[in-house]
Order: sequence, then structure tokens, then C-alpha cells
Amino acid sequence: MTTATKPLTKDNLSEHFKPKTTGNIPRGLTFTAVLIVSAILAVILGNIIWGGYATISYDFLSSPPENGMEGGGIFPAIFGTVALVILMSIAVVPIGVMTAIYLHEYTSPLSKTTRLIRVAINNLAGVPSIVFGLFGLGFFIGFIGGGLDAIFYDSARPIWGQPAIIWASLTLSLLTLPVVIVSTEEALRTIPEDIKNASYALGATKLQTIRKIIIPQALPGILTGAILAVNRGAGEVAPIMFTGAAYYLPYLPTKLNDQFMEMGYHIYVMATQSPDIEKTKPILYGTVLVLLILTFLLNFIAIYMRSKLRRRKVSS
Amino acid sequence: MKKFNFKKKSKIGEYIGEKFITLNAYVALIAILLIFIFIFKESLPIFYDEFIQEEASIDKMIFKQSFAEGREPKFSWQPNSDNPRYSLLPLVIGTFKAALIAMLFAVPLGVGGAIYSSQFASKRMREIIKPVIELLSGIPSVVLGFFALLVLATFLQNVFGFTYRLNAINAGIALGLAVIPIIFTISEDALTSVPQSLKDAALALGANPWQVSFTMTLPAAMPGIAAGIVLGFGRAVGETMIVLMASGNAAIVSANLADSIRTFSATIAAELAEVVFGSAHYNVLFFLGTLLFVFTFFINLSGDMILVKLKEKIQGKAS
Repeated sequence: MTTATKPLTKDNLSEHFKPKTTGNIPRGLTFTAVLIVSAILAVILGNIIWGGYATISYDFLSSPPENGMEGGGIFPAIFGTVALVILMSIAVVPIGVMTAIYLHEYTSPLSKTTRLIRVAINNLAGVPSIVFGLFGLGFFIGFIGGGLDAIFYDSARPIWGQPAIIWASLTLSLLTLPVVIVSTEEALRTIPEDIKNASYALGATKLQTIRKIIIPQALPGILTGAILAVNRGAGEVAPIMFTGAAYYLPYLPTKLNDQFMEMGYHIYVMATQSPDIEKTKPILYGTVLVLLILTFLLNFIAIYMRSKLRRRKVSS
Repeated sequence: MKKFNFKKKSKIGEYIGEKFITLNAYVALIAILLIFIFIFKESLPIFYDEFIQEEASIDKMIFKQSFAEGREPKFSWQPNSDNPRYSLLPLVIGTFKAALIAMLFAVPLGVGGAIYSSQFASKRMREIIKPVIELLSGIPSVVLGFFALLVLATFLQNVFGFTYRLNAINAGIALGLAVIPIIFTISEDALTSVPQSLKDAALALGANPWQVSFTMTLPAAMPGIAAGIVLGFGRAVGETMIVLMASGNAAIVSANLADSIRTFSATIAAELAEVVFGSAHYNVLFFLGTLLFVFTFFINLSGDMILVKLKEKIQGKAS
């Protein structure tokens, strides 16, 4: 029991309210915490912008790497990242939206199934990203991919049972599933009950109401969720390390079972395995800056759309 | 007005649609189960396969092993030597060292920031603080790792004169940066969800605003802050890229925070790429993954349970 829940009586008043002091010390201390965090953020962003802005040019964005990453650009990594998150979105958005609709429209929030699914969603959000990588390797590549090879192909070389963009994007879609669900649910909560009731009163079935009323109304929230998922997916490296990302490829991925280059993985390998870090540094900083701009841009769009959605909730 | 033009659908379509949505809703649940099953499955040979146990068994992971006949037994993680040893102790120490420093760094800043933002800050100030935290949480962990590797490590070494550039303190601070947004967001949520009626009652009794904050709001929100810390800890234990890049990756048994460390997650990330499929090493890495999954699972579960209870309590009070 906290002090807040004790009943206030004349006798224990002094327990609750110690003699008057000004709040300057706690105010100052907690403000310092805010200042420190802001300062660190400023240093990180400043350092990356300072180190990277000179590298970024049209050529850098549009050409492949040269001389063992000491020259050229990062086009294949950008291409791979975009392809990866598009495939991921195709998988995760429908599943996430339907989960949110199920939780919000089909079951009572107190039912056992709902609670169980909620616990699963919360826990999925907390599974370490490297564990997703292990899972992708064991399940998607080993079990599904290996299984497909064994059943449909008679080749000594694996066709699906190897690291590939499809497995990496499916692994990421599980990782980002909670993001889409939470965001869609938030949007579903803003839809007034009246509109749904009106739809039912006109004789629409549940599925028709979902398709024609609920999903269109929740679209901003669904899009926000998709953007946040893309944002998260574009920055994760651990889940794709073993499931499809490659350090250098002379070609772009064109088939679902191709490997691909990715910006986050590119940064990791350049930063840790470069034979001469001073020579790769400009390109490294440039890549980090491009990745940061991409993620922040997506973040801003998501935050903007969400704040618009919240305003709607207040007005309705 | 929009015209509603609904055609009557067959009941079968409705039924199939509903079942399809239900099926999708179970994906998250099935995913959690499959993750556990498939990771645990790959680590099973450690428990029954005698050939694998020659090299790596639970005993060998827990107790000291000697490198060769007559050598003094030690706790060591040496999977690539001729006589591979898989003692978990250096990794456990490394993981908790990094998480501990991350928490020492992130808890005061995260909780402090949340208290300022919810109790003292003006509305305009809050509109500056929130985006700062969202920006910080938007930085991909590989970028934080990159920053710790190239910039922070050099800075810390120059200031404190560490023997090893990449060490537990460097990794821990970078890890803390990833944890601050979690602690801040959850603590701030808890602090702002304390019902206004409680605060009004205290104000009416003559308390000044900061007394209300510290004798009323803070104690009432304490479980939420605790949950934020617990969930932040879970993230710190499981985070991979930052520790992989910034910790030095040396499996050492020592209490010195300025030594390099190797964590569970970084070990998996660094070694899985080169490992032979189905070897003892491969099984051990999946076993590490299983331990990591189970540990973070229970951490997250307890954090969530605290939050659910708090929500019920506060909502119960408000009504």
C-alpha cells in the first residue's frame, strides 16, 4: 500500500505533508536529467551530420560500392532495405490489422483468449532481436525453406533453404507485428460506436461493416502502424544477419530467394570488419546519415499522423 | 452523406471471413510458441546426444573445465579451440555487467526526465521533451553501436584512461541510451495517469504542488516506474547490435567494469555465421538463445503484469 491510498485524517496529515519546502531541488535535478539526455542526443546527431553530410551526393546514393567499400556509393544497400521493408509490410500489415480488428470487434476485452493473445503480443514485442534471427534461421530457412526443397526440388544446392530476402522479411514481419497491432487498435478505439450501430441498423453484416466502415475510418492509424513498422524494420540488423543480408553482392535482388544488401548490416560490417577504418569512414558516416534521415523522416510522418488521429479522438 | 449500399452476403462468406480474421489473430500467439519450440529444438542435443555431450553438456557449461590434462580448470568460453570449452559464466558476467551499467545510467535519466516532464514542465516544455525522447528511441541500435564504437569509446578512453578501448562501461552507456526511452515513456505514462481527483484532494488539504508530486503522485505511480525499469532491463539484456559493436567481445571472468565483455546476444551474433550446422557449437548457440528468450520472457511478463495491475488500480480509483 502506498501512502496515497491511506485515508487522510487529522492525525496522519503530517505524515502526508511534511513542512513546506520549495520544490526547487527536485525540479533542478530532474531538469538536469532532461538536459543531459538532450545534450547526448545533440552530440550524436551533430557528430553524424558533421561526419556524413559531405559524403552524400547523387552519386553516393545511386552507385554501387567500389574498392572493398572504400569508394563508390550505397545504392544496392538502399535498394535492398526498401525491398526488404516492402515485403515485410505486405506480410505484417494485413495480419496486424486483422488481429487488431479481432481483438477490438469480435471478442470482449475480458475473455481468456483476448488476454492470452494480448500477453503474446506484449511478449513478442520484448523478444530480443537476435532471438528472431535464430528463429528465422531455424524455422523459415531450415524448416520451411528446407522442407520446400525436399518436397519440390531435386537439387543438391538449396533453392529455398538458404538465406534469402523472403525469409529475412518474414522474420522482420514477426518482429514488427506488435507495432502494427497496437497502432491499429488505437485507431479502432477512436471510431464512434454510433457509426457502427448505424451500419448494423441498415442491415449490414459484421464483415461488411468492417470492410466499408471500420477499415476506412481506421486507415490513418493503420498507415501510422505500417510506417512505424517500416521504421523499426529498416533499423534492425540482428534478425537479418543470418536470414538473408549479405555484405557485398554484385547484383540487385530480383527473386524472392536472392540475398540482399541492407544499410544497417552495411554499417555494422563496415564499422567492425573494415581493414582500414580511416578510409571507409566517410562512406560509413554517409551511410549512417542516410539511414538516420530515412528513419527520422518515417518517424516524423508517423508522429504527425498519430497526433492528427488523437485530435480526432478528442473532438468526437 | 455517403450512400450505404450493402448487398446481402451469404452466411458462409461471413463465417469464413470471421474464421479467417480469428486465425490471423492467433499469429502472435503461435509465433511466440514457435519461437520457443524451434530455438529449444535446436539446443536439445545437448541434453541427450552423447556425441555432442562429449564436447558440450550442461555440466561442462556450468563447472570449470581444464584446457588440457594437468592444466588448472577454469571458466572459459573458447568454442573455436582444439579443445572447445563452453563455460557460460563469462557470458553471464558480461551480460549483466553491461545491463547493470546501462541501468545505472538510464534509470536516473529516464525516471528523472519523466518526473520533470510530468510534474514540473510547462505544456510547451513537454512538447519539446517528448520529441527529443522519440528521436532518441528512433535511432536504430546499429547506429548507437556505431557511435559507441567510433566516438564514445575514444572519448571515454581519453577521459578515464581505460586499458581497453571497448569495455563494459562503453557498451553499457550506449545500451543505456537505448533503454532511456523505454523507462521514460512507461514512467511518464504512469505518472500522468494518476487521477486528478487524488491531486485535487491533496491540494484542497493545503499541500503545495510539489508536495502533491512527491507524496501523492510519485508513490501512486511507483509500480509503473518499476515496470518501466524492469522492461528496460529486459531490453538491455537482449539488445544485440550495440554490445556486439561496443563491448570488445572478450569473454573474461572479472569484476572490473573497464574490462572487455562478451554477452549472450553478441556471442550468438558473432559466432552463428561461422558455425557448422548441427555441431555442438551450433547447439550451444541455440541453447544460449533459449536461455535469453526464457529470461526476457519472464522479465517482460512481470513488467506487463505490474502495468496491468496498476491500470486496474488507478481506473478502479477513478471511478
